[in-house]
Amino acid sequence: MRVDLHVNGGTVGVDVEPRCTLLDCLRDEIGLKGTHAGCEHGVCGACTILVDGEPARSCLMLAVQADGHTLTTIEGLSPGPGELSVLQDAFCEAHGLQCGYCTPGMILAAHALLARTLAPTRADIVAAISGNLCRCTGYGQIIEAIALAAERLRGANVGMGGTRR
Amino acid sequence: MKPVAFDYVRPASISEACRLLAADDGARIIAGGQTLIPLLAMRLARPARLVDIARIPELAFIRDDADGVRIGSMTRQCVAERDATAARKLPLLAKALPWVGHPPTRQRGTIGGSIANGDPAAEIPLVAVTLEAVITVQDAVGIAEIAAGEFYLGPMITALADDGIVTEVRFPAWDSGRVGTGFHEISARSSDFAFVAAAAQVALDAGGCCTALAVGIGGAGDTPVRLEALSEALVGSHLGETEVRDAVAAACSDLETADDLHASAAYRKRVAATLARRAILDARDEAVGGRHAG
Repeated sequence: MRVDLHVNGGTVGVDVEPRCTLLDCLRDEIGLKGTHAGCEHGVCGACTILVDGEPARSCLMLAVQADGHTLTTIEGLSPGPGELSVLQDAFCEAHGLQCGYCTPGMILAAHALLARTLAPTRADIVAAISGNLCRCTGYGQIIEAIALAAERLRGANVGMGGTRR
Repeated sequence: MKPVAFDYVRPASISEACRLLAADDGARIIAGGQTLIPLLAMRLARPARLVDIARIPELAFIRDDADGVRIGSMTRQCVAERDATAARKLPLLAKALPWVGHPPTRQRGTIGGSIANGDPAAEIPLVAVTLEAVITVQDAVGIAEIAAGEFYLGPMITALADDGIVTEVRFPAWDSGRVGTGFHEISARSSDFAFVAAAAQVALDAGGCCTALAVGIGGAGDTPVRLEALSEALVGSHLGETEVRDAVAAACSDLETADDLHASAAYRKRVAATLARRAILDARDEAVGGRHAG
């Protein structure tokens, strides 16, 4: 089935079987390997992307369901080649990642939170990443990273600029 | 973790979806897919054809009318969670929605999908049963309304026919007195499936006397249940701690609870009574705090 996906600011037409998940489509048809395949049945959150600006698990969507929708993957957050978004940079600085497997999903979940508010409480941050498992960090540094990014974005007054949609 | 091959159709109207479902025994509805897609991935579900109702415009709405608040079945949970009408008129639903899954699953998951799936631990069916909501279903033959209390027959078993669609849920809105709500849930981790959940909504008159009370328990047994006896016992009282505790203990004494790996039947029964009591007292305190209906 022919499907048009608006991914990271561009439009990609793909021909997929109805059973192909959006996750597999992004990785294998479009070549965006930054979206990680973890449990593949909606438990771990590693495959989280933004659908129309809101976090969603790409393993829990079929590519055909995403037809015509606007998608943002981790590749769409960087402001330019070789650069990191404020949030990505905060993850590095606060040691919000170790093995990195959960990181793209964590960052997109956090990105959606910061797009709504630049003054999140700790409870807001915890709720926003409650659907994302990390087996390395113990979460503490991830929460610190998101709070650091929020603080920097508040100071910089640039909002969540840099997202290509 | 790859589904078996299936056909996929995207009807543009409810009647077209009903025709597709009636014409094919292997056809199954997909709404938000947050329960169905894991089942597909694990090959526990093997439908021959998926009927995607997500693009039927007449299924996504939240309307406030004389009969209560009507919510179209394709309304996303996150939309209901942020809706001002739902927050004002259906405070119990608003309080329960943040407990449903996680933010990314609420972005895709729908009100009608949770209602139709009938998971005994699910929060939206619990609120529907507690508030005596009415579920509208449609098939190729016609339209019917089913009381939420009669919709749930067992775990994931509902009165919905194989070729039927849940089109809307009508939640009664309480328009008189000071209304308060309470919601409590116990699970292994926040937002996991509830071992037990309790929902309560109370209305008080100006003197603090209870004029209406609705209490429901989810997760404990095969279906969510409304504790009818509590409404009879406590309406007319001032919801004092002792009388609430005694009434809840009596109402929960014959509650049928399930025994599984996660929790014993006796544990569930004890927790159900504790959470119901806390939910009622929270609801009372919120109502006393001056929250006015409407």
